[in-house]
Amino acid sequence: MEHITFLVAVVIITALAFDFTNGFHDTANAMATSIATGALKPKVAVAIAAVLNFAGAFLSVKVATTISGGLVNEKAGLQPSIIFAALVGAILWNLLTWLKGLPSSSSHALYGGLIGATVVGVGLHGVNFSTVVSKILIPAVASPVIAGVASWGATKLAYLITRGAPKEGTEKGFRRGQVFSSSLISLAHGTNDAQKTMGIITLTLISAGALHEGDGPPTWVIVSAGLAIALGTYMGGWRIIRSMGSGLADIRPPQGFSSETAAATVILTSSHMGYGLSTTQVCSGGIMGAGLGGPSGKLRWGMARRMAYTWCLTLPAAAVVSGLAALVADRGNWGVAVVGLALVLGAGSMWVVSRRQPVHADNVNDGAPAAPVVEAPAAVVAPTTLAA
Amino acid sequence: MNIKWAALAETAGVSLLVTVAVVVVFALGNLALSRREAAVASGTGRGVPALVAAGVCFAACTAVVLYGISLIAAK
Repeated sequence: MEHITFLVAVVIITALAFDFTNGFHDTANAMATSIATGALKPKVAVAIAAVLNFAGAFLSVKVATTISGGLVNEKAGLQPSIIFAALVGAILWNLLTWLKGLPSSSSHALYGGLIGATVVGVGLHGVNFSTVVSKILIPAVASPVIAGVASWGATKLAYLITRGAPKEGTEKGFRRGQVFSSSLISLAHGTNDAQKTMGIITLTLISAGALHEGDGPPTWVIVSAGLAIALGTYMGGWRIIRSMGSGLADIRPPQGFSSETAAATVILTSSHMGYGLSTTQVCSGGIMGAGLGGPSGKLRWGMARRMAYTWCLTLPAAAVVSGLAALVADRGNWGVAVVGLALVLGAGSMWVVSRRQPVHADNVNDGAPAAPVVEAPAAVVAPTTLAA
Repeated sequence: MNIKWAALAETAGVSLLVTVAVVVVFALGNLALSRREAAVASGTGRGVPALVAAGVCFAACTAVVLYGISLIAAK
């Protein structure tokens, strides 16, 4: 019983750490364009996002009974050590993409991690590959395109309708609208993503016998998951906020409002229809559409391309790291400790690298040349992740 | 493999329509508001019709947002 307790404790802490990285990785989704257009001051924006993410964690009454949405056969082998390995891969990938200022999907990182760890720990039959295609891959391709087209059309119309009116007045109006549209995204994010962590912790407690089958998450799980994601959100993933807010296109308030409305709509519609899609990809797609639909019609294709590559890599990369982690963590307590140490070292070194060129609330809008910020740490990072 | 193309198309269509509708209505409200400001500034009137129109537009947007929140909460 004792070793289970150790492992369970490690899984819970790691799950909360993932929740935290999920928060600061995804602050940009809701707030990047609001910060870029000046609708909200950077610190205010992350504070609002944090509060709404926390509130979102309590909003949904439906218990997260499944963390993988049927991707992996949970009954066959979702052991705590596999969940732990999945979380390690997801956290490391989240941190690496944050370091490079690239918005990647935290959900895909988690799914990739689960798939990789399951393949190693249980075997190929543990993964439902047709569900992977229909529930992840197709929405992943379709949703950014839909958000982009919707946002493009909405931007065009917004400019067309307000073309006769003085620009300052209408921009002020759209800025106010942005406060609401980005808040809605934050709320939806808290509901979706904090639930995942709650689901992970709850399932782990059930598998350890601390909770009964079918039990909902205890209050402390809901509160701590909500707090972790809110704290992470408040930290603000400033690198990603910069990439999304000013790296893709020069966003004016009508564009920001259109892209946020498109993103919020696509997220709500598809989660209502049961598609587990990536908030990050939807929001990025919306911003790209707004950039193309704006007065200059310009999009920085280099940044868009890099984001698209990252999206393709997220699932397999997290799967590989988690697979390796599962291989080691399956050996027992020492294996779990080794993986845990690797996680701490990997995360720590990425944080150290990030301090060389810090991005924070005060320089997030400086529109610094994206290339040096992104390229410089790349060479240093590569060995780190291999080691991790 | 069972991919529900109809559901996917429906999701896409609804998303497109709702986005465009909300942004158009909001933009119209914005336009009405700036008409009112212009009317007040030029002293040609108090711009009451424009203000009412803006109010209707923003109320419609608020209703959509509230419906969105109810969707989140009901899940």
